[in-house]
Amino acid sequence: MALKIVKGSIDRMFDKNLQDLVRGIRNHKEDEAKYISTCIDEIKQELKQDNIAVKANAVCKLTYLQMLGYDVSWAAFNIVEVMSSSKFTYKRIGYLAASQCFHESTDVIMLTTNQIRKDLSSPNQYDTGVALTGLSCFVTPDLARDLANDIMTLMSHTKPYIRKKAVLIMYKVFLKYPESLRPAFPRLKEKLEDPDPGVQSAAVNVICELARRNPKNYLSLAPLFFKLMTSSTNNWVLIKIIKLFGALTPLEPRLGKKLIEPLTNLIHSTSAMSLLYECVNTVILCVQKLRILIEDSDQNLKYLGLLAMSKILKTHPKSVQSHKDLILQCLDDKDESIRLRALDLLYGMVSKKNLMEIVKKLMLHVDKAEGTTYRDELLTKIIDICSQSNYQYITNFEWYISILVELTRLEGTRHGHLIASQMLDVAIRVKAIRAFAVAQMATLLDNAHLLTGNTQRNGICEVLYAAAWICGEFSEHLEEPMATLEAMLRPKVATLPGHIQAVYVQNAAKLFATVLRGQEGVPADSTVAQETSQLLIDRLPLFVQSSNLEVQERASCILQLVKYIQKLQQKDVEVAEEVTALFAGELNPVAPKAQKKVPVPEGLDLDVWINEPPSGSESEDEGRKSKGKAVFAKEESRHTKPRYTEVDEKELAKRREVRKAEQANNPFYIKASPSSQKHSVSKPNPSPSFSLRLCHTLTHLLWMPMSDQYVKLEEERRERNKADKKKKKDKKKREKGEKGHRRRGDSGPESEEDITPAHMVDIVTEEMPENALPSDDDDKDPNDPHKALNIDLDNCPLMDYQVVVSVIFENKCDSFIKSMEFNVLDSLNSKLQRPDGAGPHDGLIVPFQLPPGISNEARFIFSVQNIMMPQKLKGTLTFIVKTDDSSTHEKLDFKLHFTCTSYLITTPCYSDAYSKLLESGDLKGCSLKLEGVNQPFHHLLARICFHHHFSVVERIDSCASMYSRSIQGHHMCLLVKTADQTVSIDAKCDEPGLLGNVLDEIKLTFSQC
Amino acid sequence: MSVEKGHLDSFKHKCCEDLYQKLYILVFPCTLTVFVIYVPQNEDTEQQIIRETFHLVSKRDENVCNFLEGGMLIGGSENRLIYRHYATLYFVFCVDSSESELGILDLIQVFVETLDKCFENVCELDLIFHVDKVHNILAEMVMGGMVLETNMNEIIIQVDAQNKMEKSEAGIAGAPARAVSAVKNMNLPEMPRNINIGDISIKVPNLPSFK
Repeated sequence: MALKIVKGSIDRMFDKNLQDLVRGIRNHKEDEAKYISTCIDEIKQELKQDNIAVKANAVCKLTYLQMLGYDVSWAAFNIVEVMSSSKFTYKRIGYLAASQCFHESTDVIMLTTNQIRKDLSSPNQYDTGVALTGLSCFVTPDLARDLANDIMTLMSHTKPYIRKKAVLIMYKVFLKYPESLRPAFPRLKEKLEDPDPGVQSAAVNVICELARRNPKNYLSLAPLFFKLMTSSTNNWVLIKIIKLFGALTPLEPRLGKKLIEPLTNLIHSTSAMSLLYECVNTVILCVQKLRILIEDSDQNLKYLGLLAMSKILKTHPKSVQSHKDLILQCLDDKDESIRLRALDLLYGMVSKKNLMEIVKKLMLHVDKAEGTTYRDELLTKIIDICSQSNYQYITNFEWYISILVELTRLEGTRHGHLIASQMLDVAIRVKAIRAFAVAQMATLLDNAHLLTGNTQRNGICEVLYAAAWICGEFSEHLEEPMATLEAMLRPKVATLPGHIQAVYVQNAAKLFATVLRGQEGVPADSTVAQETSQLLIDRLPLFVQSSNLEVQERASCILQLVKYIQKLQQKDVEVAEEVTALFAGELNPVAPKAQKKVPVPEGLDLDVWINEPPSGSESEDEGRKSKGKAVFAKEESRHTKPRYTEVDEKELAKRREVRKAEQANNPFYIKASPSSQKHSVSKPNPSPSFSLRLCHTLTHLLWMPMSDQYVKLEEERRERNKADKKKKKDKKKREKGEKGHRRRGDSGPESEEDITPAHMVDIVTEEMPENALPSDDDDKDPNDPHKALNIDLDNCPLMDYQVVVSVIFENKCDSFIKSMEFNVLDSLNSKLQRPDGAGPHDGLIVPFQLPPGISNEARFIFSVQNIMMPQKLKGTLTFIVKTDDSSTHEKLDFKLHFTCTSYLITTPCYSDAYSKLLESGDLKGCSLKLEGVNQPFHHLLARICFHHHFSVVERIDSCASMYSRSIQGHHMCLLVKTADQTVSIDAKCDEPGLLGNVLDEIKLTFSQC
Repeated sequence: MSVEKGHLDSFKHKCCEDLYQKLYILVFPCTLTVFVIYVPQNEDTEQQIIRETFHLVSKRDENVCNFLEGGMLIGGSENRLIYRHYATLYFVFCVDSSESELGILDLIQVFVETLDKCFENVCELDLIFHVDKVHNILAEMVMGGMVLETNMNEIIIQVDAQNKMEKSEAGIAGAPARAVSAVKNMNLPEMPRNINIGDISIKVPNLPSFK
């Protein structure tokens, strides 16, 4: 035997161990992948051997390879094998590998339950230790449910080493299996006062973690923590407790007052900077102290000072604002973390007064910033700062638009879409700004080539999306619509991303309508208008060829439209008004959640197909839908026009008629007045091409920072306002007479209210249905595991219900049986009631002996918490079989099946009470159909009564009502009907889960007969 | 717990460690990696996190603060990276807002000191060749991403006891294997130092340690 072991380990010497593997990889830097693949082949060979030491070595190497990023999930079963080794050395390797490689979807985890349970109850504390450590990494809901009880037992283990691990892992168990929190909580609370500091610290850790998510459930623990805070000397624990109090104080203001004294004591007495910081953080007494931290040369303290500052900002914004200078200074810091923190602070500090100044500073930083990440961060912050609380702080939107335009000059930013959506938002919601915005956007469009240096990767071209849309939608504000139209149809546009091209094409049509109107208004020759149409006809085919379906479709639609218009123009028909009518109507902003708030009309099922989907064209349709971002639903609805096909003029005219009819019925369209169609007076127009070129050079000159001008203008305006006010004041004073001292000089810093917006800005708020509140909390993540742990631990007492189980023991052998011991493995839900003082795993002694052939009955009491589900408990019976000359110890395994029926108690019910119960409406229904039952009806009822503890309330012919009650007081009503071998049962109960299970059991009963 | 910065400059490779949403990662980006992630991810994401983290941490100057705001990769803005830099070694923890920043800095110090004690003057090669041991030590400090023990003596007692058990289990059968690997190590120019296997120890002087 010993020889075999030695021989095995001699073989083993020639296998690579972990160190050899590491060394090998380091020596094969050039062909690492190849080397590793040969190593993996070796490992596969090693795993095939029976020697557990070889296997463990292989698994150890695999763990390392997993860390290098190789997939080793194929070896999961081998890992389980190594885990179940009896030697600690290998077991530890196995558990380490498992904690690295296993995750919830690893299917072999199911196989580990019993092994882990065995390790948890191992006499060797380190076996238990590694099992707990490993389990903490890969615990699944199933494992948590099966092992919760074992771990709870370990929380009272004699060794503190096990206790602290068991306490800590409970948090993971709670997360995976929230039902365990309630039964485990009393013991967890007990551990807060454990004599061992490590266990105490673990308990504090777990409770703080729980309380952080749902603080209100843990308020009752405050006194206990208060005691701990004054008695504990462990800094780690103190920090945790102080953090916990930080979460509790907002809920219980009295706590704050109580805390001041111990906290100030700690602040004065502690030497640990970390503890001091947490104290200061929680108390938030002294902003001035924080200033010292920020001014400190130690970068860590500076960072934390800023962090704390941002917390104070939420409650006392005034006190932080006075440190604006300091925070702006931090923006110049060389450390990125500190700069980001400072930025965050600025967000909360802006006011109407300082917004422009702060943003100006930030713009300077944008120019200086190296590295796109920081610059992008700055950009988003600028936009966040400006747009916060519905543009509350912006007094001059012209300034804001020009800031946005300046931001578009950033190269390589990823946030083009952000700028674009801001532009759209402002242009739509602030009506007064539209003319200015349109002018700016036209400039942008004209200079599009500056933005699209390297088109594909450059996110900034998203801005053109907004620019094109704004120019099109609000084209009445354009000074040079023709020029813009030309800019939008340049061949270069075809290099833009598809969804932007689509917007270009669509809005070119809108612009076209405007241009036509302008041109037809002037009485001159009609050729100018025709030239415009020709421009479109020349340029659009480029887009018709686009590979993007959206672009193609829109372009071909519009091309046909323009061709038709041109024909009308050639006949001297005035079409402008009618074309404009295509795009009439104003768009209002809609809140993002508005759609959700519209109640679904009765009888409308959104999941039902209106028409069965055609099988072939489905994918194509989807492709079209997914392309092109639909910002406005209305825009979409306009374009459900037929796709491009070769159509003759007649066809086109016919379609036009159809469309007009459609438009007449469509509330979104303003009908074209029929009179305008026949009046045709040609109007002259100044030469477009000439003015166009001039305009082009001009815009180049305008391409410079403009926001600065606005800052200056704004300052001047404010000065003027102030001066005006002062004049008024002075006047008043003068009128009063020149008795008193007249104050000279500056009238002091202006207050917030003094600043009046530059122009009356009407911010259109988003449309929402009346009954909807914007603050509805449908943003919460329903998958947050901590939500499930929000269990009120104080108010609901544990609900224990008892079930008595009678067990009949029958001795079928010829020997005498004695010393029977009955034991059941408790689950969290059901527990065998044991006498006081007995451990949770102790068995109960059966109080009798059995001579051969005799049977006797013993009763055991179980406490059950949840009766909704049937349960199976595993148990063992140990006994001694005594024959004449010897006695042997024997064991019998069994399973106890707790059906849901077993929780029902036969309770009589009178028919009037029964009907009242049914009328109350508290009960939920469910039904069951049994076929092929050929029993007399009364037999059938008797069966239900006997097997499922019901009583008959009333019986009329082949119809009967039955009643039963659960041990927790749930009512259960059945209506049983029979007609030629088919039995239908309509059931009602106030607990649908329980009802479902009982019905299943009834079905089973009848399927067995 | 004292916060002291040690110096160690003989390392060729970089190492960093990371606590990711109440969890750690240990990273050696050149040829090898030691890390623990306490929220299971697939291998690709893990590698990406490590690369990103290393990229972020390694480009920072000596005199800046030890905190980094977490990007989307490490679970959003609530998490931050806290690191310590010992010559070429980086120990990086990623923590959520429930942990105290300075507390974690102390914890890193405890971890490094514990490594130093357990490996008897730890050097980078120890961490490289004994990834498993590093993991076992870490397991006594942090469990499932939660801090288990901050007392260094307690940690060392438990680690030693487990090592002793391992040795006694190996017994006679372990001896030949130990001898072989000691011989293997002797022949290697790349392993200039003692890695404490068996009784053969080759001490190389003048290697500065953490403290």
